[in-house]
Amino acid sequence: MAMPVSGVATDTPAAQLPAGHALARIGRAIRSNRKATIGTILLLIFILIALFPGVIAHDSPTQDAYAPGLGISTAHLLGTNHYGQDLFSQLVYGTRNVLIIAFVVGLATTGIAVLIGVAAAYLGGGWDGSLNVLTDVLLVIPLFPLLIIIAAYAHGGSTLVLIAAITLTGWSYTARQLRAQALTLRSRDFLAAARVRGERQLYIIMVEVIPTMTSLIVACFLTNALYAVLFASSLQFIGLGDPNTVSWGTTLYWAENNAALQTGEPLWAIAPGACIAVLGSAFALLNYAFDEIGNPALRPVRKPRSKRA
Amino acid sequence: MRYALRRLGFFVLTLWVAITLNFLLPRLMPGNPALAMMAKFHNQNATPQTLHTLEILFGVNSHQSLLGQYFGYLHQIVTLNFGTSLDEYPASVTSVIGSAIWWTVGLVGITTVLAFILGTGLGIVSAWRRGGKLDSVVPPTFVITSAIPYFWMAMVLILVFALTLHWFPAQGGYYVTTDSPGLNLTFFQDVLNHAFLPAIALLITTIGTWILTMRNTMITTLAEDYVRMARAKGLPSWRIMLDYAARNAILPNLTGFAMSLGFVVSGAILIEYVFNYPGVGYMLLQAVSGEDYPLMQGLFLLITVTVLFAILLADILTAILDPRTRAAR
Repeated sequence: MAMPVSGVATDTPAAQLPAGHALARIGRAIRSNRKATIGTILLLIFILIALFPGVIAHDSPTQDAYAPGLGISTAHLLGTNHYGQDLFSQLVYGTRNVLIIAFVVGLATTGIAVLIGVAAAYLGGGWDGSLNVLTDVLLVIPLFPLLIIIAAYAHGGSTLVLIAAITLTGWSYTARQLRAQALTLRSRDFLAAARVRGERQLYIIMVEVIPTMTSLIVACFLTNALYAVLFASSLQFIGLGDPNTVSWGTTLYWAENNAALQTGEPLWAIAPGACIAVLGSAFALLNYAFDEIGNPALRPVRKPRSKRA
Repeated sequence: MRYALRRLGFFVLTLWVAITLNFLLPRLMPGNPALAMMAKFHNQNATPQTLHTLEILFGVNSHQSLLGQYFGYLHQIVTLNFGTSLDEYPASVTSVIGSAIWWTVGLVGITTVLAFILGTGLGIVSAWRRGGKLDSVVPPTFVITSAIPYFWMAMVLILVFALTLHWFPAQGGYYVTTDSPGLNLTFFQDVLNHAFLPAIALLITTIGTWILTMRNTMITTLAEDYVRMARAKGLPSWRIMLDYAARNAILPNLTGFAMSLGFVVSGAILIEYVFNYPGVGYMLLQAVSGEDYPLMQGLFLLITVTVLFAILLADILTAILDPRTRAAR
């Protein structure tokens, strides 16, 4: 859960194409960039698991149906835990909770970030000043400790509380990135043209500014989704989630509570963490690929053929 | 000078926001969490004076308006009165925090500086040898480590190096049963031995950002004309790498250093938790599970203030190193 890789992409203007083209371009880019392809495939697998957990896992994730502490076998791919729950099905069923948090928080924070970032850059003046201060203040207050005390006062958060808390506190980094890009757009000719045509401000922002920023907005969504996964899982892990949800973070919480590492059930603690790491990597790879797409200078150097031969 | 004043103003503003959040959160939450805590203090037979301080801090039993409560609260914070800890009753919050802070400063401080130096160095070399062996391995590896949860890295290290190989202790800051804190060599070795695994966990999960940020800025800088000029002049390549490219590319890493401190802190909290390391992060989570709200509030403020100071320091450094910020307005 390191901090975001600082936005080199911020300085590079996005494609000057309408939205439809931009999305098609993103599709092409995903196919041509290896990091993006791997990230997309991983993410799709997780989405399928989250949609149809019953197809993959046949055991209930919550029933204490088996002998505790069973090893790896064909019946129990990852064994059972201290309570006799099948670990594999717990992970499969837990995917949904994590993905819901990732997507809802990702979309909501990106929405707020677009609103505030673009409004600040486009309206300028006093608006820009005050929105900027708000963004910067939220940016430097350590988020995780803040989330911890919010969750503590709420006596542990249901998924809804986690989503609300992470969304309200987590939009600032991407808002700043989006503002920087919107600022570079402000003086462009096509916006001046729209103004001369007498378009309303709302129309200009919605139809001219935002579509131009599609690739950065997607990158922001990916960043925010990654942080949502890491923050929510961390909160659930330290016991500030609802201990009855089926989720990777909650599985980790019970594992830690039963000292799974020390009592010879390491898979109980290691496997859900690995799931978080793989899902996180999927978002991170996609994000890094978008950096490369937005900033061609970062793309891997291809060596001339003659050297390989 | 204008720049310094602006940054100082921002520092004060952010501090005020953090204090206000601390004030508002317990009052806005449904079910008044502070009431339950006050009941516990009554069970501890707290002195009336202690109870009065807590009532001001949390707005319990107070017939004042919210604004009146707020000024009372500000007054207490300014006089550094954070109340009494519930878990460590009757010790004051300030003294309880004082016992934990040096563990964290040592662990997180040293590791962060190490990660910054190592990461920046690797980033420089990786960008300089573009497409080389290091460059083809380093970026993808650290894209992935940046997505690994801190606590998971800590667990894996415990499993491998403490429980399986028995090279390092699995938890704590020193051997509580056999060793006692003091200024002697055995205690010092003991502390280092215990700090090693948490430090590695923090290092692995934070270093990726330094590498990637440095590498990406450096690549942009290397394309500049003055670098080509330096090459044309026939300067030795290490000078071009360090004096021309890296020197200019390091600024974003410095500002990034400031901004990312919040993330380092959150990582440290989780790592201290997994290792039962006796620092402020572990203490914060202890306070949360014991519903010791005064300690929790005090720790949140302390963490925020520390991060803000570090940011102020990085701002000043940037101003010294980058003439453009001095000239600007």
